[in-house]
Amino acid sequence: MEPPAEVVHWMFGVGFLFLGLCLLAEAIIGREVWRRRAWRAYIWPGIAFLMGVLMWPVMVFYTSSAIHMLAHSAWAQALMLVGGAQLGLVRGKLRSSMWELTLPLALLVSGFAFLIHEQNPWFFSRAAFLHHAIGWTLLVAAIFPLGQALQPRRFAWSAGFAMTWIVVAVMLFCDRDLAPIFGHLSKFAGGPR
Amino acid sequence: MDAELVRQGARARIRHSWRNTAVSALGPLTALAGLVWALVQPYRITLLDPDKHSFWYLAVQPPLLVMLVGALFHFWVVPGLLSDLEEAEERAT
Repeated sequence: MEPPAEVVHWMFGVGFLFLGLCLLAEAIIGREVWRRRAWRAYIWPGIAFLMGVLMWPVMVFYTSSAIHMLAHSAWAQALMLVGGAQLGLVRGKLRSSMWELTLPLALLVSGFAFLIHEQNPWFFSRAAFLHHAIGWTLLVAAIFPLGQALQPRRFAWSAGFAMTWIVVAVMLFCDRDLAPIFGHLSKFAGGPR
Repeated sequence: MDAELVRQGARARIRHSWRNTAVSALGPLTALAGLVWALVQPYRITLLDPDKHSFWYLAVQPPLLVMLVGALFHFWVVPGLLSDLEEAEERAT
C-alpha cells in the first residue's frame, strides 16, 4: 500500500516547510539566541538527517527507473551528510568550519540530481516543470550556505537559505503525478488525473 | 534620573521588537496561507468528500498540513524563542 508519488512529495514538503520556518526564525533572532536551548540547536540538523534516512525507503520503493533510484540515493546521502555534519558541529565533535561547506555541496548534488534525472523538457508536464525549477533553485541557492560559511553573521545569507526551503516546500506541494503546466501537457504524458 | 532610564529602556525595547513581531507572525502567516489555499482549492480538502478518495489522499491533505505546520511552529517553537529573545534584549539594554 505505497502512497502515490505526489503524496510522498507533499509529505517531504511538510518537512521542508517546518525546516524553513525554523531556519527563518534563527536568521531573524540570531544564532546565539536560537541555540540557548539545546533542543533548538539540534532541531534542523536532526530534521535534515531524518529526511535523509526517510529518503532511503523512497529510493527502495519508487523504482520507476534506474536514474530515479540513483537520484533518490544521492539526496539521501546528501541530506544525511549535511545532517550528520551539522549535528557534529552543534555537539562540538567537529570543530573545523570547513564542515559548513557540506551544505553548498549537498545543494549542488541535489540540484544536479534533479536536473539530470528529469529527462523530459520543462513543459512536458507539471512534474517535469517542477523538477527543472527545483533543480535550478537548489543550484542557485548553493550561494547562500557558501556565503554563510564565509560571513556567518550576515542576515541575507541565512534568510536566503531559509527561504530556499520554503520555496522548495511550495514547489513540492504543487506537484501532481500527472497534470498540465500553464496549459501544456505532452500527449506522451497521458491524460490529466 | 529613573524616568530617563525607563525611557531609554523602552526605546531600546521598541527598537528590538521587530524581531519579536516577525517571529510571532511566521506561524500565523503560514497557517493563513494554508487556509487561503483551502478556500481557493477546496477539492484539496478530501475530508469534504471522503467516499471518493483512498487512504493516502485522506491522510495527507496539503492545505491542512500547511496549517498544522504553522500551528506546530507557533505553539511549540515560538513561546520559548520569544522568552529567550526578550531576555537577550533586556540584557543587551
